[in-house]
Amino acid sequence: MANPWVAYLLVPLVKIAVILGVVIMLAAYLSFFERKILAYMQIRIGPNRVGPRGWLQPIADALKLFVKEDIVPSRAEKLVYLLGPVLVTAPALVVFSVIPFGTSFTLFGAEVTPYLADVNIGILFILGVSSVGVYGVILGGWASNNKFSLMGGLRSAAQLVSYEVPMGLSVVTVLLMANSLSLVKIVEAQKAAGIWYAVPGFVAFFIYFVCGVAETNRNPFDLPEAESELVAGFHTEYSGMKFAFYFLAEYANMVVISSIATVLFLGGWLPIFPNWLAGFWASPAFAWIPPVLWNAGWFLVKTFAFLFVYIWFRGTFPRYRFDQLMALGWKVFIPVSLVNLMAVGLGVLLVGGPR
Amino acid sequence: MTNLEPTKPLPDSEEMEISFGPQHPATHGVLRVMVKLDGERIVDARPVIGYLHRGTEKIFERETYNGAIPHTDRMDYTAAATNNQGLVGAVERIMGVTVPPRAAYIRMILAELQRIASHTIWLGTHALDIGAQSPFFYTFQEREKILDLYEEYCGARLTLNAMRVGGLPYDLTDGWTGRCRAFVDQFPARIAEWERLLTANRIWKLRTVGVGVISAESAIEWGLTGPPLRGSGVKWDIRKVFPYDHYNEVEFEIPIGTSGDTYDRYLVRMEEMRQSVRIVQQCLAKLPDGPVMAKVPKVIKPPKGEVYFSVEGPKGELGYYVVSDGGASPYRLHVRPSCFINLQALPEMVRGQLVADLIAVIGTLDIVLGEIDR
Amino acid sequence: MTEQSNVPPQAPAQPPEGAAPKPPWEEKPVTPVPRDARDHTVVREITGALPDAVLEAVEFAGQVTVTVAPARIVEVCRACKERLGYAFLVDLTAVDWPERTQGRFDVVYWMHRFSDSQRLRLKVVVADGVELPSVTGVWKVANWMEREVFDMFGIYFADHPNLERILTWEGFNGHPLRKDFPIEGVDTGAAVYPDVYPPGGGPVAGGEGES
Repeated sequence: MANPWVAYLLVPLVKIAVILGVVIMLAAYLSFFERKILAYMQIRIGPNRVGPRGWLQPIADALKLFVKEDIVPSRAEKLVYLLGPVLVTAPALVVFSVIPFGTSFTLFGAEVTPYLADVNIGILFILGVSSVGVYGVILGGWASNNKFSLMGGLRSAAQLVSYEVPMGLSVVTVLLMANSLSLVKIVEAQKAAGIWYAVPGFVAFFIYFVCGVAETNRNPFDLPEAESELVAGFHTEYSGMKFAFYFLAEYANMVVISSIATVLFLGGWLPIFPNWLAGFWASPAFAWIPPVLWNAGWFLVKTFAFLFVYIWFRGTFPRYRFDQLMALGWKVFIPVSLVNLMAVGLGVLLVGGPR
Repeated sequence: MTNLEPTKPLPDSEEMEISFGPQHPATHGVLRVMVKLDGERIVDARPVIGYLHRGTEKIFERETYNGAIPHTDRMDYTAAATNNQGLVGAVERIMGVTVPPRAAYIRMILAELQRIASHTIWLGTHALDIGAQSPFFYTFQEREKILDLYEEYCGARLTLNAMRVGGLPYDLTDGWTGRCRAFVDQFPARIAEWERLLTANRIWKLRTVGVGVISAESAIEWGLTGPPLRGSGVKWDIRKVFPYDHYNEVEFEIPIGTSGDTYDRYLVRMEEMRQSVRIVQQCLAKLPDGPVMAKVPKVIKPPKGEVYFSVEGPKGELGYYVVSDGGASPYRLHVRPSCFINLQALPEMVRGQLVADLIAVIGTLDIVLGEIDR
Repeated sequence: MTEQSNVPPQAPAQPPEGAAPKPPWEEKPVTPVPRDARDHTVVREITGALPDAVLEAVEFAGQVTVTVAPARIVEVCRACKERLGYAFLVDLTAVDWPERTQGRFDVVYWMHRFSDSQRLRLKVVVADGVELPSVTGVWKVANWMEREVFDMFGIYFADHPNLERILTWEGFNGHPLRKDFPIEGVDTGAAVYPDVYPPGGGPVAGGEGES
């Protein structure tokens, strides 16, 4: 029996440090990748001055935001104004505590799980915690003492709340197929089924991802924060480090949605056709890779694929007008996801129970 | 008196009046629009202009006729060649000068290239306002090629000063026609690329179909010209009705829309770019040899009288009303600005629509404040 | 022959015998000559509709200018639009002739008919300080055009829905396109912002004031 101080305090602290470090660096570098990828899509180069070929750009941006003057509007509600960015960033980071990056492996003779906690209500935890982010948006918009920020904040909040419903319904279809709320068990269920849930649940997959784009206020659903619109976004009055937090939260949310989509629909850390091609994956060509890197590598590749699609959307689509956006959420996505739920439920019964 | 206070609730109503601009990324210049909102609906939108008024018409009265040409460049600064063409055409009309055919054909090529260049700015900025960020870069890439051709010809990219009364100041450089032909031959493929990105895009159609509708009768009543008039279904183009500069010797179509909404105006301008390519190709094929300047006196002194002459600029009918008293400077030189008149119809087009549509309509009118304010 | 083609209205002078005719751009330009146009078809249409409205009619360079009395301008415009088909007002502007005694300003209306692509210029002679009836009731497009004429020349239009300055700013002193307005501009400092500039001072006059 391992020392409880090590098992319950030291190891989780180390995991927290690793996860937070990786996620924050990933969110920061995501801004860099976005600028580069968008630039290449727009036949230009993007940042290439800071560091070798521009790779130190996010560090420069972070430093700049850190030392920027912190302007607080004179009649802003001080405490709530400070709380806004916190309430947006904290949930985005907390969600990573339940996302699994692989199966357990041994390190220095001890059994280590590459996730912080395997909560048996994992999905519910994620949905609940990420909904707290809506508070940050509304409070940030209200506390700025600027009627345009308030309007932007309310619009953004309405959008977030509306698109959570079809997202939740898509997630429920996965639960029907996996028969568990725990994220680790969902991935293991996909291994047992031998197929990623994106194939039988392709409608849910599509709806989940598009609603995820709407949840993160990204193009084509970024009207609340678009600069060419009459109403400014909720983060107009923020500067310096607080703005950096909103910025970070947006990218962290993108990573969250992509990670959850990977876990629920693309088999988490599993390779393609894990059972059917099991022999191929076990061949000597891949045998030299330690399992933890193998699993994390597959996870990262799939997450990056989603992030690339996020950026691709931004470079391609015009944006929806707000009433069209809400109509899309309520009149298209919710009915479709409801029907899909019933169809998948029926399908699961016909196939002889969840697997 | 004018109520220009930003954002105050109007008494006894739920309405709010917001000042949009003059510094705003989407107003295409220093335009201010006082918008009366009822919730999200626009009740009225009143454009306030004059932030770029430079007294151009007063300056014209001090300059000679050829000296006034650079001032015309700076009116609609995205379409300098057609501005020049209008002024020199008006003076030639009042003097009875015939321009040599080579000069006329080169003028046509410059004007049609300018139409393409102006429409590329329109497409890039309009798409950017509606949210599509990438077409801006693609269209400006093509515009750079046109500006390179202009730079080679007259030394300037934007404010060309490329025409004189009686013809042109310079003949084409060696190889210019070859480079021009290379550009126009590859251009239709670019238009097809941009159309692939936008025309059938569901979101684009949602944002532009049915937005900013104006009927043909309203368009005529409000004096619209150019793509806003053609988008409403009126087949009207100065190049066909009052041909100047040998436009009657080249074949081209006038695209018209049906419903007078933003989508139709978009399609009209895309097709106009294709027709401009067609005109340039024909002009290059037919380009005659000869002088580029007619025999005009050194000091241009038109007889006493008045003449109105208009060209089909990219934004609409651009007219010049010249009143001469026999001297070397114009007694009165008035510009009929297409954007000024088109902008007047803005309240008519946005009444009852949502705030986000205001941006789309300002973009579709394709206004340039230099021409509006002069 | 279309109105605005670049072909001059008259044929060039006959070349000397035996020499090949020179193309028109190598000859001296043939200047157009103003002609009386009372018998022009366009003018006859107007006199047919309103018999004594036409005071004068001139044709120059293929364009017809008809002078009417200021008091009757709305009536004439309405007749042109509704009975003669000139549905499109292309331009409305003014010209300042300060030495003229009978009326300083010419207000010019340039209208268009779609059916045969015919254009017509109406001119009205107005003295300084006399109010002219507005034609916004006939063509809506005249609204901003008349505002610009008011702003630039100081000609007041009766029954205009919102006769305000349009290109210059509120409180601007003077009417820029009048011939007695200097091209360098006038001092508007003290006139508009009396608490900032001393009397007679301002940004143009080089007076003191806040920078």
